[in-house]
Amino acid sequence: MNVSIIGASTTKFGELWSVSPRTLAHEAMDGALKDAAMKPRDIQALFVGNMLSGMLGGQEHLGAFFAEELGFTHAAAFKVEGACASGGLAIHNAFNAIASGQYETVAVLGVEKMTDHKPEDVATALMGAGTAQERSSGCTFPGLYAILARIHMQEYGTTQEDLAAVAVKNHFHASLNPNAQFRSLLTIEQVLRSHAVADPLKLLDCSPISDGAAALILSRKKVNGKREKEIEIVASAVATDTLGLAQRESLTELAASQEAARRAYAIAGVGPRDIDIAEVHDCFTIAEILALEDIGFYRKGMAARAISRGEVTLGKAKKLVVNPSGGLKGCGHPIGATGVKQVVELVTQLRGVAGARQVKGARVGLAHNVGGSGATAVAHILKS
Amino acid sequence: MVGIVSYGTYIPQYRIRLSDIAAAWKKDGQDVTSSLLVTEKSVQAPDEDAVTIALEAARSALSGVEGLSPQSIEALFVGSESHPYAVNPTSTIVGELLGVGNNYLAADFEFACKAGTAGMQAIAGLVGSGHMRYGMAVGADTAQSKPHDVLEYTSAAAGAAFLMGKGDEDQNKSGRKKIDPQGTTKPIVAKLLAYTSYSSDTPDFWRRDGVAYPSHAGRFTGEPAYFAHVIGAARRLFEKVQCKPSDIDYCVFHMPNGRFPRDAAKRLGFTPDQILPSLVVDTIGNPYSASTMMGLAAVLDIAKPGEKIFMVSYGSGAGSDGFVWETTEALVKSQKSKVKSQSLVQQQIAKKTYIDYVQYLKQTHKI
Repeated sequence: MNVSIIGASTTKFGELWSVSPRTLAHEAMDGALKDAAMKPRDIQALFVGNMLSGMLGGQEHLGAFFAEELGFTHAAAFKVEGACASGGLAIHNAFNAIASGQYETVAVLGVEKMTDHKPEDVATALMGAGTAQERSSGCTFPGLYAILARIHMQEYGTTQEDLAAVAVKNHFHASLNPNAQFRSLLTIEQVLRSHAVADPLKLLDCSPISDGAAALILSRKKVNGKREKEIEIVASAVATDTLGLAQRESLTELAASQEAARRAYAIAGVGPRDIDIAEVHDCFTIAEILALEDIGFYRKGMAARAISRGEVTLGKAKKLVVNPSGGLKGCGHPIGATGVKQVVELVTQLRGVAGARQVKGARVGLAHNVGGSGATAVAHILKS
Repeated sequence: MVGIVSYGTYIPQYRIRLSDIAAAWKKDGQDVTSSLLVTEKSVQAPDEDAVTIALEAARSALSGVEGLSPQSIEALFVGSESHPYAVNPTSTIVGELLGVGNNYLAADFEFACKAGTAGMQAIAGLVGSGHMRYGMAVGADTAQSKPHDVLEYTSAAAGAAFLMGKGDEDQNKSGRKKIDPQGTTKPIVAKLLAYTSYSSDTPDFWRRDGVAYPSHAGRFTGEPAYFAHVIGAARRLFEKVQCKPSDIDYCVFHMPNGRFPRDAAKRLGFTPDQILPSLVVDTIGNPYSASTMMGLAAVLDIAKPGEKIFMVSYGSGAGSDGFVWETTEALVKSQKSKVKSQSLVQQQIAKKTYIDYVQYLKQTHKI
């Protein structure tokens, strides 16, 4: 059964101090419904990707909360949580809900409001994605990814300049994206000179704390006159790994990413070479390097230099462009919204309406969303 | 016209280097200093508090006016967020020790870092309306911060007092000859050309009653708080006096760190030279209620007659008070007297004794 995306929209990402989660949700969903030429009553089920509403806002029960807010009266509604992969997981569940034959048309909302809370509270809440041992040892996610970066540097000679190149590229892409949090260009020197957060990761190696929402309308119905806007989800796959880093056999790879990508390629009948654009999970610069290797675009130890050389940069790349939206680093990382925004970006690119950041001739796109330090990975492959 | 008759400041002599605080927490001192643009901060002595600091500043202000009896002061407002008592006014203790007598309005103000300038606006209103001749507004703090909180790098101790009154000019115009108890009318050193205020319910920084240290909302204290209010008040002030940054000689902004005031000045179109003389934060940190007032005092210490000073404070919670001042010939005499008494802001900044982090913890009664 073909499942298509017929509506896609995202809010601006950033420090949106004056905007509430309800407003964010409305803006994203109203945009997606308009894009799909649909009304709220057409939506049979809602899947909300969100991580922190309970810990930060004291509000759970987000399915009913947003179904009411968005006017999806009596629709089935669910909150889907998988740390930073919450958005991708919500899409996976929405996809399955249609593929199972249960529903014809469903909505996905990814939403996170992080800036109304004290940074230490946000950091504590985010560690909910780790293990008890990681929390009690005082680790935070920058620390965990710093461990991964350090080991990658030791094993493959990856340098801080290579890490910085990821941030420089993604800020360049973000500069072309009107919805991105950071639209300023960076230099390698600026990244290297920024404050150390968790050695070897500098401040500008890290994605920011952001607010934002993104929404999709998925359907198996053929919509009159809207066929040209439909983008088909040809694969939706999820894989998990140990929750904590300490339990992993290898720290030079995220096995969940490898497995999710392998499954997605198998379902879609394509391989890494067929992908024109990829939105990958660059919560830290090292994460993009790991992703490009784990998804199969580069052999282990080869991705860092390739990014540095501009091989996946818009305007320089021969084929594959990575994170044309600006990624988590440049576009922003409102946790639950990120995975949905990645797919909104693919839809925009595959429709050929991405404006200044359009990847020419993009036909096949891959979205890769990671939860925690790699305990959950979601891969989606879309075709125009 | 309402103006400043005299002013006085007090900076406790103790300093701690930010690099020493950073070292205690295994942070890179260079990173901290370059990010906050502050190198050291003032620390109160073990027996100093907002009352003693306010009194020192008020005495210094009063000593700058020859022949004016303390009893001429008809209002005394002390702004602080470290009033030693929750109930029992700082202003009456200061008033008593200053010898103000009993016929005056005393009140404590609290509005985070703008409590002192709120007092200045209240005095401007009372004096401007002809309700009284002289009033004094003081901003004084022994700023609280929790160990290891980012505030610890900047929270400082100092006080500034401004004696405000009506200048000669007004008496001549009205033809009336009001006199103070000594029979003299004191000249003003800076005329208040305009003032305005900008407020909203923005909880970016707070301290509940009985809680030792303030809380703050991290980056929320920036754009929607400090900048929204400072820029909001500044724009209103520009409209009110129909001027632009190039018509102004100096600007002064609240200084929670070295970066925010510089950024606000830049956004409003001021040059680095216009803000530089006010930036006491670089070497004494942020003495909360005294911060903007100390910046104004530092500018008055070096300004020439006939120069315009644009000043906007900021208090969390949140609000900004804006003032435009124009200095007069009388400022020259005031400056000379301050040089002689070693009470220029820069002289007070230069007089310092460094303490280490453990001593700092002792002096701020944390251990």
